[in-house]
Amino acid sequence: MSKTLFDKIWDAHVVNHITDGPDQLYIDRHYCHEVTSPQAFAGLRERGLKVFRPERTVCSPDHNIPTLNQDKPIEDPISRNQVDTLSRNATDFGVTYFGIGHPKNGIIHVIGPENGLTLPGSTIVCGDSHTSTHGAVGAVAFGIGTSEVEMVLASQCIIQNKPKTMRINIEGTLRKGVTAKDIALYIIAQMTTGGATGYFVEYAGEAIRNLSMEERLTVCNLSIEMGARGGMIAPDETTFEYVKGREYAPKGEEWEKAVAYWRTLPSDPDAKFDREITFHAEDIEPRITFGTNPGMGIGINDPVPAPPVNDEQGRISFEKALDYMGFASGEKLAGKPVDYIFLGSCTNGRIEDFRAFASIVKGRKKHPDITAWLVPGSWNVDRQIREEGIDTILHEAGFQLRQPGCSACLAMNEDKIPAGKLAVSTSNRNFEGRQGPGARTILAGPLVAAAAAVTGCITDPRELM
Amino acid sequence: MKEKFTTITSTCIPLPMENVDTDQIIPARFLKATSREGFGDNLFRDWRYDADGNPRPDFVLNDPTYSGCILVAGKNFGSGSSREHAAWAIHDYGFRVVISSFFADIHKQNELNCFVLPVTVSESFLAELFATIASSPKAEVRVDLPTQTVTNLATGRSETFDINPYKKQCLSEGLDDVEYLLSRQADTEAWEAARR
Repeated sequence: MSKTLFDKIWDAHVVNHITDGPDQLYIDRHYCHEVTSPQAFAGLRERGLKVFRPERTVCSPDHNIPTLNQDKPIEDPISRNQVDTLSRNATDFGVTYFGIGHPKNGIIHVIGPENGLTLPGSTIVCGDSHTSTHGAVGAVAFGIGTSEVEMVLASQCIIQNKPKTMRINIEGTLRKGVTAKDIALYIIAQMTTGGATGYFVEYAGEAIRNLSMEERLTVCNLSIEMGARGGMIAPDETTFEYVKGREYAPKGEEWEKAVAYWRTLPSDPDAKFDREITFHAEDIEPRITFGTNPGMGIGINDPVPAPPVNDEQGRISFEKALDYMGFASGEKLAGKPVDYIFLGSCTNGRIEDFRAFASIVKGRKKHPDITAWLVPGSWNVDRQIREEGIDTILHEAGFQLRQPGCSACLAMNEDKIPAGKLAVSTSNRNFEGRQGPGARTILAGPLVAAAAAVTGCITDPRELM
Repeated sequence: MKEKFTTITSTCIPLPMENVDTDQIIPARFLKATSREGFGDNLFRDWRYDADGNPRPDFVLNDPTYSGCILVAGKNFGSGSSREHAAWAIHDYGFRVVISSFFADIHKQNELNCFVLPVTVSESFLAELFATIASSPKAEVRVDLPTQTVTNLATGRSETFDINPYKKQCLSEGLDDVEYLLSRQADTEAWEAARR
C-alpha cells in the first residue's frame, strides 16, 4: 500500500496501538528546555523513576536566559531558579545538558539541527510548540505538554492520536525579495490560524524543493501557527548535504546505511492525503501581519482588510485585534513608523537570516528612532556571524549583537517591548502581550525587518535591493 | 490533579471570543514556576487585570453575574504555545470542563492530561449556549462523561461529544498515561530490540 512520508515514519515507531484509541509512539529524540520540564522531572521523583533512555534526551536553557552578560548570574531570581533546576535535573538524571555559555548552547530548535541531533526518519518531541521546526529534515517532530514530557522521560514513548495528513504544494518560483518566512506567513493567512488543526502537514512542490535547509526549517517552524500538529519536508540531496558531517550524525558505514533508508521515505507517488492544497510562489509578496494572530497577515503593500461578515464571534475577535494594534480597516501599513526591531528566534535566528539582514543594512545606517535587538539563535550562529564578518557590517551600520536565546520572541527575560510600542519582529507570534505587556507586534521576515531598521518605518525591502 | 470524572452540572462562564491563545490564558512571564500549583491566580491575567494589577470590571471573570466550573469559549480555543501551564491555570482556577466548537490540538491533549474535560460541540449548539447564558446567567449545563452527552438544561438541547475510549477510561478511573506506559515497558524494550 502506498504511504505518505508522515505515515512511513509514524508507522515505523508504533510500539502498540490501543484499540479504538491512540498509539504508543516511540520517540527517538527528546529536547528539553527549562520552562516546560521542571514539573515533569518532579513527577519522576515523586514516582521514584529514572529517565528510561537518558541518551535520547538533550537539554538547553533558552527561554529565560539574558542576552547580555551571560557570564554573570541571571538577575531575576525566579528565572535563575528555573535554569538552575534544569541544570540540576540534567545532572541528577544523567541527560545531556548544554548550559548557559556552553559552545553548543542556544535555542533548542536551532541547536538540534546544527549539531546533527535532528535526523531524517526520526520521531522528535519537545515541550514546545515550535518543535515542528525539526520536520524540515524529514522527521516527525511535534510539540507536547509537560505531562507528555514526563511520559517520554519515564518510558521513551508517548500516547498520541495519529493525526490526519495534509500536503501543501508551493509550485513555481519565488519572486525576488521573498523569503521562506513570507511563504509561511502567506500559507498561514490562506489557511487561517486554526485551519490545519488536526493535520500533520507535508510541504512540497518546486518552490519548497528549491529551499535551502535553513529556509525549510523556517517554513516548518511556523506550522503550528495554522494549528498543524507538525510540518515536514521530504529528505533529499539538500537534506543529506546539510546533515552530513555534523557532530551527532551517523558516520562512515552507518551514514551510508542511514541515507539508503532515508531515500525510501518520500511519499509514494500515489500516496493519498486527507487534504491537499496548492499555492503558487508567484502570488507571494513580502509579508507582514496586522493583527494579533499569525493568520492575520497581508502583502506588505496591501491595506488592512475589513472585518468578517455574518460571523459575530469572528467580528468581535477581529475588531478586538485591530483595537489592540491601533490599526483600522483599509489603512496601509507601509510607511508607518516603527519603534523596535527584533531579529532572532527559532524562526529566523540562523546564519542565513543574519546574512539576509546584513545584505540590506550594509552601507546604510540604523534609523535613530529604532531600537534594534539582534539575537543569534545559538553560539554556533554567533561564531558564523563573526567568521563571515557580518558582525563588522552590522557594527558599521550602527547595530549591536546580543547573546543567544529566545529573547523578545516571548519576553521571558529582560528583552520586553514596552507597552504601546510597535515592533517588527522576525519571531513567530503576534499575540497580545507576547513580546511584553501591551507590546504591538508585526511579524515579518529578516529583509522586511532590516528595511524597517534603516528607514524607521514599514518598508518594502525590494525598494532597497 | 488526578481525580475521577463522571457527571458535572454547573452554571457557565462565557468567553465568546475566537482563537483564544495560550499566551492569553497564561502569559509567558508567569511560566517560571517549577511546580504545577497556583497558576489560577494569573489565568487570563492581562484581560483580567490592568497594568497596575487592578481587576478590569468588564472582564467576565470579574463579573459576579457569572460563576461555575464550566468555561464556554469561541472556536479554536487554546491555540499557540504548547504550555501545559494553560491547562493547569484553568484547572487551578476551578474549571473542570471547557466547551467550545473547536480546540487546538496540543491544548486539548493538555486539558485531558490535567483532568479538565474539553467538550467539542457544534457551532449552533455553542451559539445557542452563548445566547442562553447571556439571557439567563444562572442557566445550567450538564456534562455526562459516561454517556458522552452535553445538555443545555435551559433549552433541553443535548449533543453527544467525542472522546477516545482510552482517555475516557483514564478520566473515569483517575489514571494517567505514565502508569499505562510503565505497564507496557516490556513492549518498548522488545520494540527497541527488534529495530536493532
